[in-house]
Amino acid sequence: MLEIKNLHAGIGGKKILQGIDLKVNEGEVHAIMGPNGSGKSTLSQVLAGRETYEVTQGEILYQGKDLLDMAPEERAREGIFMAFQYPVEIPGVNNTYFLKAALNAIHKHRGEPELDAMDFLKLVRAKLKVMEMDESLINRSVNEGFSGGEKKRNEIFHMAVLDPKLAILDETDSGLDIDALKSVAKGVNTLRSPDRAMIVITHYQRLLNYIIPDFVHVLSGGKIVKSGGKELALDLEAKGYGWLEEPVTAGR
Amino acid sequence: MIETIQETDNYISSFAKFEKSRASNEHAWLRELRRTALDSFQRLGFPTTHDEEWRFTSVAPITRVPFDLAPDGAAPSAAELESFRFGSWSGIQLVFVNGIYSAKLSSRTERPNGLFAGSLSEALGKHSDLLQAHLGRYASSSEEAFAALNTAFASDGAFVYLPKGCVIEQPIHLLFLSSAEKSESRVCHPRILVLAEENSQAQILESYASLGQGVYFTNAVTELVAGENAFIDHYKLQRESLETFHVSTIQAQLGRSANISTQSISLGAALVRNHVNAVLAGEGGEATLNGFYLVNGRQHVDNHTSIDHAKPHCNSHELYKGILDGKARGVFNGRIIVRPDAQKTDSKQTNKNLILSEEALVNTNPQLEIYADDVKCTHGATIGQLDADSIFYLRSRGIDHESARHLLTYAFAGDFIHRLKIEPLRVALETSLFARLAEGQEER
Repeated sequence: MLEIKNLHAGIGGKKILQGIDLKVNEGEVHAIMGPNGSGKSTLSQVLAGRETYEVTQGEILYQGKDLLDMAPEERAREGIFMAFQYPVEIPGVNNTYFLKAALNAIHKHRGEPELDAMDFLKLVRAKLKVMEMDESLINRSVNEGFSGGEKKRNEIFHMAVLDPKLAILDETDSGLDIDALKSVAKGVNTLRSPDRAMIVITHYQRLLNYIIPDFVHVLSGGKIVKSGGKELALDLEAKGYGWLEEPVTAGR
Repeated sequence: MIETIQETDNYISSFAKFEKSRASNEHAWLRELRRTALDSFQRLGFPTTHDEEWRFTSVAPITRVPFDLAPDGAAPSAAELESFRFGSWSGIQLVFVNGIYSAKLSSRTERPNGLFAGSLSEALGKHSDLLQAHLGRYASSSEEAFAALNTAFASDGAFVYLPKGCVIEQPIHLLFLSSAEKSESRVCHPRILVLAEENSQAQILESYASLGQGVYFTNAVTELVAGENAFIDHYKLQRESLETFHVSTIQAQLGRSANISTQSISLGAALVRNHVNAVLAGEGGEATLNGFYLVNGRQHVDNHTSIDHAKPHCNSHELYKGILDGKARGVFNGRIIVRPDAQKTDSKQTNKNLILSEEALVNTNPQLEIYADDVKCTHGATIGQLDADSIFYLRSRGIDHESARHLLTYAFAGDFIHRLKIEPLRVALETSLFARLAEGQEER
């Protein structure tokens, strides 16, 4: 589904990713872990199409197509979803209105019929129930005045409604207390399916107690320095990142 | 200096003609009022950018045109009238063409509870004592050249009188049409007085629109007077042609526990200068001064507001929001005076500007003068572009770039638009905003 080949990218002339290779298939959940500054956020932003990041080398194929050639909205319409580390507050834009516009843009792109207000409301209510979310959240402006936990749950709620093929969760666990973390993880787990892939980016092993990955990759110095199964996360928890970090080379 | 004399000359000579044309049986007090105002205008002259209050707005484009004071004008077509009248309007509508009341175009069937809503010239017969007591008593002709000029030429306009306890449910629409043909340049001085006595209440919409392609100068003065516990909910919609210069003064006077809200919307005209002033002259009064401007091209819009807290326990709220595209220029000056006697004042002022282009420009200036010690006054101003993070967030959910910009622009305007309590006005503003957004899209 997704194939990243020798990806080099940076921002403002600063090189951050130094040759990433990663292959993700349908139904797989990949965790990408790493210390601060290892390039985790850069990777997620490049996948979502953030224009401030420059890709200097390498390629990304998504369902056989050149992902880097697509605008952010095209990627979304092709089935990529990113749950943001810091979801933005957008005063004046109603959560439901926005989500309906987004879903219908995706449907239109796929040649599927657009949902009317009634059908959309039915869908939203069903997803809210699954996410165990209060209906009042969706009638407010996007993320405005939401707590940290509410923002992250709102991201997962968006994901549930938009039904992506590939979901990227960018540090969805950071800043959450254990109850909020469990509830977000529960929401994510209900969305796991054989035809949906997920990339879970996190700094802490803690999240992976609740979202069990199929693969764990350790990112350090802009490269994947180790890959393994779910037990790798436990090693990291015990030993920290120090034993894996790339020696700092001159010229970096 | 020589130039200034020439600029005012045109108005002085047309005043002589205007005065002669008035009926000889006109009230002496009115003649006196005009005469005094003309003297003030002559003494003041037009302001220049050397005046602190006019630093960012040059009126040279207005003063160099020799405008004709021409009361006649082509009547609007049925279709034009329909759109300016917001399709269907359930309340009283008074229509003025070049400042002159048109009974034919107006509809004023209901007159409940002693309400008077009609032309100033008619009121001069029926309510001359009220007019003598109030007309020109609030808007300053001694300090403001444009207000003085309006008063000097005051002849027709609107008078709304709400006697004690009179509550009008349906909004009253005062429609001012500026009519000038392509080769013409005309001036008009619309005058409005709203007098709301104790415990009365009304909603009033003033709107300004253009007929024809001529050059036009609208110089309007509105006085809003609210007696004890009276409520005036006032709106002004300015959507004149780009050949128009629009200068206006809205002067609100609030008695004890009175409440005046005035919302000023500027969409049209090449050059706009609005003075919106409120005087909280009785205890427990509440003034709301909101404004919205949506400008493009080379439009220049200047809102100068002033709230005078003269008595204790008064509240004032102020929210001005602007969206500027092209090479448009915006000016906001918000003055708040809290007099020594005005303890427990609660005042909040906000000016927010959204810049959609590289070349649009805004000057914003809060001016707080506080002479009392137990007060709460806050102010804030922002000038910014659409937030790149928000645009990316919307796009990453599947919404295209242009739609994301529109959604965020609409969201910016939303908290002003939602405050408009007159539905046809709200719809008209939304329609203008969507049309403007679509134009912007074509240009980009």
